[in-house]
Amino acid sequence: MNHADLADHFNKDEPRVDWHDKTLWYIREKRDKAAWQTPDWELLRSTASQIKNNVLSNLHPYLLQFEKKAQQNGVTVHWASTPEEHNQIVYSIIQKHGVANIVKSKSMLTEECHLNAYLSNRGIDVVDTDLGERIVQLAGEPPSHIVLPCIHWRKEEIGELFHKHLGTPKGNADPQFLTAAAREHLRQRFMTSKVAITGVNFGVAETGEIVVCTNEGNADLGVQLADVHIACMGIEKIIPQRKHLGVFLRLLARSATGQPITTYSSHFRKPRDGQDMHIVLVDNGRSERLASDDFRNALKCIRCGACFNTCPVYRRSGGHSYHTAVAGPIGSILAPGLDMKQHADLPFASTLCGSCTNVCPVKIDIHDQLFKWRQVIVQKGYTSTSKKVGMKLMTFVLSNPSVYKIAGATARWFRKYFPVVVNNRFNLWYKQREMPLAPKGSFSDWYKQNRKA
Amino acid sequence: MKVGLFVPCYIDQFYPQVAIATLALLERHGVDVVYPKKQTCCGQPMANSGFEHLTQSCNDLFIENFSTFDYIVSPSGSCTLHIKDHLHVTGMEQESKFIRDKVKELTEFLTDVLEVKSLKAKFPHKVGLHQSCHGQRGLKLAQMSELVAPGFSKSESLLTMVEGLQLISLNRKDECCGFGGTFCVTEEAVSVKMGKDRVADHTQQGAEYITGSDMSCLMHLEGILRRQKAKTKTIHIAEILNSSQ
Repeated sequence: MNHADLADHFNKDEPRVDWHDKTLWYIREKRDKAAWQTPDWELLRSTASQIKNNVLSNLHPYLLQFEKKAQQNGVTVHWASTPEEHNQIVYSIIQKHGVANIVKSKSMLTEECHLNAYLSNRGIDVVDTDLGERIVQLAGEPPSHIVLPCIHWRKEEIGELFHKHLGTPKGNADPQFLTAAAREHLRQRFMTSKVAITGVNFGVAETGEIVVCTNEGNADLGVQLADVHIACMGIEKIIPQRKHLGVFLRLLARSATGQPITTYSSHFRKPRDGQDMHIVLVDNGRSERLASDDFRNALKCIRCGACFNTCPVYRRSGGHSYHTAVAGPIGSILAPGLDMKQHADLPFASTLCGSCTNVCPVKIDIHDQLFKWRQVIVQKGYTSTSKKVGMKLMTFVLSNPSVYKIAGATARWFRKYFPVVVNNRFNLWYKQREMPLAPKGSFSDWYKQNRKA
Repeated sequence: MKVGLFVPCYIDQFYPQVAIATLALLERHGVDVVYPKKQTCCGQPMANSGFEHLTQSCNDLFIENFSTFDYIVSPSGSCTLHIKDHLHVTGMEQESKFIRDKVKELTEFLTDVLEVKSLKAKFPHKVGLHQSCHGQRGLKLAQMSELVAPGFSKSESLLTMVEGLQLISLNRKDECCGFGGTFCVTEEAVSVKMGKDRVADHTQQGAEYITGSDMSCLMHLEGILRRQKAKTKTIHIAEILNSSQ
C-alpha cells in the first residue's frame, strides 16, 4: 500500500480526520505563540542552521573528538554502519549482562533500526517507557509521530487499551487516571531493569557528553536505576560545543509543542561508579546523504516534529500512511535515501506548499528537497509506465503550439458534449468535485478576434 | 513599458475571462500589453511530477515567446514561480536569467512595478482571500504565518482599494487548499479533504466569493463548492480588480 491508498483509508472516517487535523493544528498554534514570544526567533533559526552546517562540513573531526572525549569519560563507543550492526551491538551488550528485561526511553533511531522486533525475536522483553510510545507498543503499532507517538489515539481508546493490558476499570478514560496507571505499571519495570536504552538529542563533541530531552523524566529514571546505559545515536546528532545547546534547547521544545523547554534536559557524561555506559553511533545511509549537495542538509534535523504539525497532508492522512519510522515531510525526504523503491511514493505525498520549510527550526529546505527527490525517483525508473506515457504525451502537446490549440479545443468540446465520457468513475477529479465548465472558446480565440495581431 | 502577457494553459482553455480581465486591467493602467500567440505552458505539470527533464521544449518556447519584453506578467503565482525557479536553456543563459528576473505575478506587478495606489473598481460583496502557497511562500506575495515577521499582503492591499468589498477573516489564513498540481488526482482523498476544509473556513465566515491569484487552486475549490451546491462562488482577483459592477 502506498501513501495515497493508506491516506484514502484514513479519510473513510471524516470526523476522525477532523479531530486529528484540529489536534495537530492546535500544537502548530502553540508553536507559533512560543515563536512570537521569543526575541529574535528567526535569528535563532539561522544560528541553529549555521551551527548544523558547520557540523556537517566537519562531521569527521567532530565525531573523532566526540569519541575520544567519551572514551576519556569512561564510556565505550561503538560504530555501526547498518541497522543490523546497531542491533547486534545492542544485543551483545544485553547478552553480556545476561538480562532479559530492559527499558527504553524514546529513540527514533531504534525505530529506524527496528530494534524492538530484533530483540524480542531473541527473547528480550523491551518496554518503551515514554507514555505515548508505551501506548502504541501495547497496541502493537509503530509511533505515528516522532514527538507525539500516539497522537492518533483518542483517550477513550487508550482507556480500552489499558483496560485490556493493565487492568484499569472498563470505561475509564480520564487522562490523569490512565497516566497514573501507566506510571504504576512502568515503575515496576524501572525498578527491575538492569539495562536502559536511551536515544540522544545532542552529542557534544567538546565534552563527549550526550543530552536527552524528555517531558516525563523516563530516560533519567531508566538510566539511574540500571547497571548498564546504552545510548543509541545517529552520527548527525553532534554539536560542536556545550554553549550551542543554548540555541538548540531554546528551539527544540518551542518548535515541537510550544513549551519553552522540555521538562528534563538530561546530560549524561560518564557512567556513575559501577555503571557500564555505551554509546552506539549509527550511520545507516547518513554518510551517503552527507555526500549529496541536494539532500545533505536533511541531516540538520533535530526531530522536533514541527513539520508534521504544520503539514496539511500529514494532518489529514495520519502518520501511518507514510509507512516509515519517521513520517511527515522530513520523513518523506529521509526515507527515499534509505530505500528508494519502498518509499518512492513519499515525495509525492505533498502539495509543495512550503509550510514545513518555514517552521523548520534548522531551516531545512524540505519542500525543495521533495521536488528534487521526485526528479531522482523518476530518473531512477521508480514510476509507472502509464505515468511516463502520459507525461510524454503532455510534453508533446505542450511543446507544439499548433497541436496544443487543437488539443485544447478538443478537450473543451469533450467537456461540453460528453460529460459522461469525461466524468466517469475513473476520473478522480470528478469523484468529489465538479469539472470546470467549458467556455465557448479559449483566450487565444478571443484575443485573435478582439485585438490586432 | 512593454509587457508580455503569460497566460497559463488551463486559464487559456477553461478560464478565458481571467486572462481578459488581466489584459484589461493592465491596459487600464496604461501598460502596452502583448499576448505572444505561440505560448502553451510553463512546464510545471511535468516538473512537479518528477519529469523536469522533459520540460526543455517548453523552456525553449517560453524564451522564444517572451525574451523581448520589459516584463512578463501572469495571473498565476504558481506558474510564475515555476519560471522564476526553473527556467533554463543551455546556451541562452542570459535570456533565461533575464526572464527569471522579469517575470511577475499580476498582484506583484501592480504593487511593486506599477505601484498602484488606487483602483476604480467596485465589488460590493463579502470576499474571502485564499493565499495560494506558491505565490505566498514562493514569491513572498504575503507574510507567512509560520514566520515571525511584520505582516503584509499584496493581494489584500489591492482588494482594500476596491469599493464596497468586504474582506472576511479566516481561521487559518494561509492553509494550503490541497490542489497541488497532479496531487489533486494522485492523492485524491487528501486533496479533496483539504479543499473541503478550506471552503468551510470561507463559507463559515459568510463569504459570497473566494478569490485568489491562482486559478488552479480556485478551480479545485470551485469543483468542491459546485458539488456541494454551495452559494459561494470563486472568482480570480483580476476579475475583482477589473470589475465595475
